[in-house]
Amino acid sequence: MTNTESYFIPEPSRWPIISASSVFVLLFGFILMINDVSVGSMILTAGFLMIGYIFFGWFGAVIDENLRGSYGPNVSTSFRQGMFWFITSEVFFFLTFFACLYYFRGIAIPSLSGEGHQPMSNILWDGFQDVWPLVTLPGDTNVVSGTTYTPPKEAMGAGGIPLWNTIILLSSGGTLTWAHWGLKKESKNQLVLGLMMTVALGLIFFGFQAYEYFHAYTAMDLKLTSGIYGSTFYMLTGFHGLHVTIGTIMLIVITIRSMKDHFTEENHFAFEAVAWYWHFVDVVWIGLYFFVYWL
Amino acid sequence: MSEATAHDDHHDHKPTGIGRWLFSTNHKDIGTMYLIFALVMLFLGGASAMVLRMELFMPGIQIVDPDTYNNLLTNHALIMVFGMVMPAGAGMANWMIPMMIGAPDMALPRLNNLSFWLLPMAGTMLILSMVISYFPGTGTPVNTGWTLYPPLSVQSGMGMDFLIFTVHILGISSILAAINIVTTIVNMRAPGMTWFKMPLFVWSWLFTGLLLIMIMPVLAGGVTMLLFDRHFGTSFFDAAGGGDPVLFQHLFWFFGHPEVYVLLLPSIGVLGLIIPTFSRKPLFAYKPLVWFMAALTALGMVVWAHHQYTVGMSLDATTYFMIGTILISIPVGMMLMSFIFTMWRGAMTFETPMLFGIAIILMFSFAGVTGVMLAVVPADLQYHDSYFVVAHFHYALIPGSVFGLYAAVFYWLPKWTGNMYNETQGQIFFWWTTLSFNLTFFPQHFSGLAGMPRRIVDYSPQFADFNYLSSVGGMLFGLSHLLFLYIIIKTIKGGEKAPANPWEGSQIGTTGLEWTLPSPPPFHSFNTPPAIK
Repeated sequence: MTNTESYFIPEPSRWPIISASSVFVLLFGFILMINDVSVGSMILTAGFLMIGYIFFGWFGAVIDENLRGSYGPNVSTSFRQGMFWFITSEVFFFLTFFACLYYFRGIAIPSLSGEGHQPMSNILWDGFQDVWPLVTLPGDTNVVSGTTYTPPKEAMGAGGIPLWNTIILLSSGGTLTWAHWGLKKESKNQLVLGLMMTVALGLIFFGFQAYEYFHAYTAMDLKLTSGIYGSTFYMLTGFHGLHVTIGTIMLIVITIRSMKDHFTEENHFAFEAVAWYWHFVDVVWIGLYFFVYWL
Repeated sequence: MSEATAHDDHHDHKPTGIGRWLFSTNHKDIGTMYLIFALVMLFLGGASAMVLRMELFMPGIQIVDPDTYNNLLTNHALIMVFGMVMPAGAGMANWMIPMMIGAPDMALPRLNNLSFWLLPMAGTMLILSMVISYFPGTGTPVNTGWTLYPPLSVQSGMGMDFLIFTVHILGISSILAAINIVTTIVNMRAPGMTWFKMPLFVWSWLFTGLLLIMIMPVLAGGVTMLLFDRHFGTSFFDAAGGGDPVLFQHLFWFFGHPEVYVLLLPSIGVLGLIIPTFSRKPLFAYKPLVWFMAALTALGMVVWAHHQYTVGMSLDATTYFMIGTILISIPVGMMLMSFIFTMWRGAMTFETPMLFGIAIILMFSFAGVTGVMLAVVPADLQYHDSYFVVAHFHYALIPGSVFGLYAAVFYWLPKWTGNMYNETQGQIFFWWTTLSFNLTFFPQHFSGLAGMPRRIVDYSPQFADFNYLSSVGGMLFGLSHLLFLYIIIKTIKGGEKAPANPWEGSQIGTTGLEWTLPSPPPFHSFNTPPAIK
């Protein structure tokens, strides 16, 4: 792919340096907060506000440019490729946690229970059994951090809410594609309706997930401190939930933009980027459903 | 508010004042900021290394206490890897890649500026991680080394939290820069600039960018789990809860080993330009070289556990990682061979960049040989965590990547500034730095083989002679960089004017679009796509 039209170079922009500063403020506040420094949460809030401000400002500026037709298809290609590589890096982020889950179940816990080539059960915890989900922990305290572990009463089943959430997310992928078809045949009603349904499904998923967390914490004693099962469960589903939240916000934005007729059949990078992101979140969920809930 | 205008409106109209730098969307200005940041970090990281060497000048504890020593050691590595080599490489990519492929700028100029400005933020956070331990009630200073292994890193004080988020910010910065560079290379090439017409430097950054996109998220995931173990009661790295501290080592080195190639590849790319230029011959076996780089990238992703032979992996796993690691010497050896064959019967001259180029081939080969020694499991069980390892990776990283950057600085300073540097001073710097580097690190092979452990503030008197030599070398090596700084400042301020193509050999050796532009190049490199021969 090569250039055929004139180049586009944006004018100097104040958004990047404001973004970098707000990332710093946000994380600085977070560090202070988790170390029980009282001003931490205030700084964290300020960081969130700054992040919100730059999202409105920076994305708004890019949308303005797009609507004014300041750049040609080549810049759209750059945006698309950038989004592709961004999602690739996200894939590796989730692969990390899936690989850790595999490592615990396939290597670490068997070796603690006396299997593998260097069994440790007789040295560390005699009689420890390798049963996944790990409800009976080898020990009860982290001697380094001082955490006391609270073993879960039971593990999360694959039926019920997780199954419903799978159906909901898969359907949302369908409604989003339906909206895309609407965009392609320039039917605004189908586009907006499809997006609204997708947003609604995303919100329902979010609600179910929140209820599931609440239930797990209160009724099942499944917590972050429940040993490796709880740790991997919350790490994987938590980061997925975070991505669902971000994806839903992005979907809401492009729904509003669709109502304002921002997208045309040729020019709808934002729609595509959000759709890719949402499908990526979908695929991660399928992995989660299989490896975290079911198998 | 960034106003979008068609490019015709701002031909060579430079923004003025401080805003030119703070709000820049220009690849050369951002590249310059990257390079200046790297230079500052070079002196910070170098100064901390000199303190370490001073402390090790003789047995006993003289200058710094053990905690401070370990803290400086941690920061030396992090500053040099993340603050110096990576930003310098990114700065050169910023400067040169758009010019080499005939583009006006990077594909995503504002993202480019964000990648840069995240770095000073990360640098601030890194410095906070050092100073926070001097406040009461913040626990012990960070003393884990750059590998941040738990359980020690779970025990460390508040400084570790700052370090974790330093790594996060650096990771975001690297991923964004990598996305930008890869997109630029794929999408912004001028018409006719086909894949196999790209200079080797561009290829090397394509692979580096891909590596960064794949490995930085893994490190981010690893340190996130560390944060959760420290503050939120998870048990990822604690066996009592069913976790495993060794997992962190796997995650760290899944990032850490490819990271070595992230540091190395851009310098190999620079060599692919410098050796042909000063040999006045085209690069030997250009296409195979590209494929060897691809092989290096792929192999580099799957051999990480050779850093942890001693943790008790299964025999199958250690055998696999040993064979994989030794296989890497094939593509690396082939690259060096093709540089040697490029020089073969060339009309060579020995300007400063070429001197560095030849030194790299020699000394990096040496690191390759010790690398194969370390890859062999039974041998590594002896060398592990000794000064032999320190000597090996300093021979790999200083000639392999840092000298590559120095070569590039001398090679491109005339292009960047429009002025020639003083060749005599350049050569004095080369000999001073190369000889003192060898004086510093060569003796460490012997002290390591004799059993001196690394990362410890004190040592047994039997190693005193080697450490004496090392420390003298270290001081000379550190001081040589004052000359480097002097040469750079002097060249920026003035000097003999450089023509568009200051290197006669680059006509024959490496014909590149960058040499068709005047020195220094205009604010926007190419306003219309250049013609590619």
